[in-house]
Amino acid sequence: MAVYSDKIMDHFTNPRNVGEIPDADGVGEVGNPVCGDMMTFYIKVRDNRIEHVKFKTFGCGAAIAVSSMTSVMATGKTLEEAMQITPQGVADELGGLPKVKFHCSNLGADALHLAVNNYREKLGLPPLGEPVSAHDHDDDEDETPSCGSACAT
Amino acid sequence: MKRIYLDYAATTPTDPAVVQAMLPYYSEAFGNPSSLYSYGQENREVLQKARRTVAAAIGADPDEIIFTSCGTEADNAALLGTARANIGKGNHIITTSIEHHAVLETAHAMTKEGFDVTIVPVDGDGIVDPTVIEKAITPKTTLISVMHANNEVGTIQPIAEISRIARGAGVYLHTDAVQTVGHLPVDVDEMGIDLMSVSAHKFYGPKGVGFLYVRSGTRINPFMHGGGQENGRRAGTENVAGIVGMSTALEIALADRDEEAARQTSLRDRLISGLVDVGGIQLNGHSDKRLPNNVNVSVDYVEGESMMLNLDLDGICISTGSACSSVSAEPSHVLTALNIPPEKAHCSLRLTLGKWTTEEDVERVLEIFPSMVKRLRAMSPLGHGR
Ligand SMILES: Cc1ncc(COP(=O)(O)O)c(C=O)c1O
Repeated sequence: MAVYSDKIMDHFTNPRNVGEIPDADGVGEVGNPVCGDMMTFYIKVRDNRIEHVKFKTFGCGAAIAVSSMTSVMATGKTLEEAMQITPQGVADELGGLPKVKFHCSNLGADALHLAVNNYREKLGLPPLGEPVSAHDHDDDEDETPSCGSACAT
Repeated sequence: MKRIYLDYAATTPTDPAVVQAMLPYYSEAFGNPSSLYSYGQENREVLQKARRTVAAAIGADPDEIIFTSCGTEADNAALLGTARANIGKGNHIITTSIEHHAVLETAHAMTKEGFDVTIVPVDGDGIVDPTVIEKAITPKTTLISVMHANNEVGTIQPIAEISRIARGAGVYLHTDAVQTVGHLPVDVDEMGIDLMSVSAHKFYGPKGVGFLYVRSGTRINPFMHGGGQENGRRAGTENVAGIVGMSTALEIALADRDEEAARQTSLRDRLISGLVDVGGIQLNGHSDKRLPNNVNVSVDYVEGESMMLNLDLDGICISTGSACSSVSAEPSHVLTALNIPPEKAHCSLRLTLGKWTTEEDVERVLEIFPSMVKRLRAMSPLGHGR
């Protein structure tokens, strides 16, 4: 399988933290089935730290691997640290994503940030930071229209 | 691990007998058919023999065959060559929303040259309504291009009916028969075809060779200009080995075409019913106006590329109409033309059978499929009463 790195294939075939948390403290959802990628993240928070993360993803191999890696990166982090996780950071941890996948499928960080702010909103707290979105990245020359910009939000 | 290839619509393995037939033309029989000494004249005769073989296979005369470098070239040559040669009559051509990119992108490029293109829709089963084509004809129409069978959903179009309409209006009819020649009966007279595209690698021949049938008397401009080969209609030194491979492959394919079509039809229907039995899986395209080897389904709540990757890990090679498998973000234009919503198109899989597909292969797919779908559905945020 030349399209994806071994790391991506590992997280695709053996995704970590798949599932739902029925009594989640925060839930974040991005994308939709019309655009071909959708992710829902659930978090459990204790003492301002993310204790557990679970996710459910509809999407391609990259989308599943991104979700899995994001969940691993977020587990044990403070909420502030979790907001620092970026799509680029997730892609780097996966050993890089094919260019066409970067926008479409790299929504894990967005979903995580929404879950964090959903938790804060429930507590009556202001949202943390501006979620760093996959589309704010300017380090790619890829001009092809993407699902990410078309219908991810 | 034994690999199971189920993407025969993308390409077929070259038949070993075809490879054998081609080999001499890469070594001792290397002559240029245009050369006047023995090496050349021997190969000129080889070309003529191949031309007679492929012509006979479609009920044509040998001088109505133009060898090309692929099916895509044949489509380009048919559209551009005919439209340009008949510009005195008008600048309008008609085609359909489910054509291969080789036709649709050519038509699109032609609009920039000042041609008017009408793209007629298909119904939800993927069949073109001839009366819709009839209504699209104007006094300026010079060409109608409708594929014989679609490469993604396998639907077979009513070419003979469309031909009657085209003839009545004095308009040329081109058909892209890349998916049917060698697999289904194709006779240019019975079907009333003026131009037809064929590609060798879809019937166990080599890649990079095809032909365009052009009914004698059809006004068409040459597509390639140069040394006057193919009676001045397609310049370029002929791909002798490829052409021999194509004619050999076609002869082999025709020998057991009908038995093979019947065998694949029954494997196809077994595969379709086994997949539908998994639950939440729908067939795309018409249930019987369909290529004997084509299965195209949408699997609720599971994205196509993720299924393709999973099956590939089990050695099963199939394709998907999901956007994630292409460079653009759009799902397949064919599924979209059938009014299949994007959320279903993203979940589509195409499995296409061939002469080396066995019953065991089909059973193996049906054995692996349910657990794969179950695993991915468990991961999906969709379904579960949402
Ligand atoms: C219907 C149809 N038309 C045209 C082509 C292009 O043929 P080729 O690959 O020989 O250019 C294909 C195959 O890719 C096809 O399926």
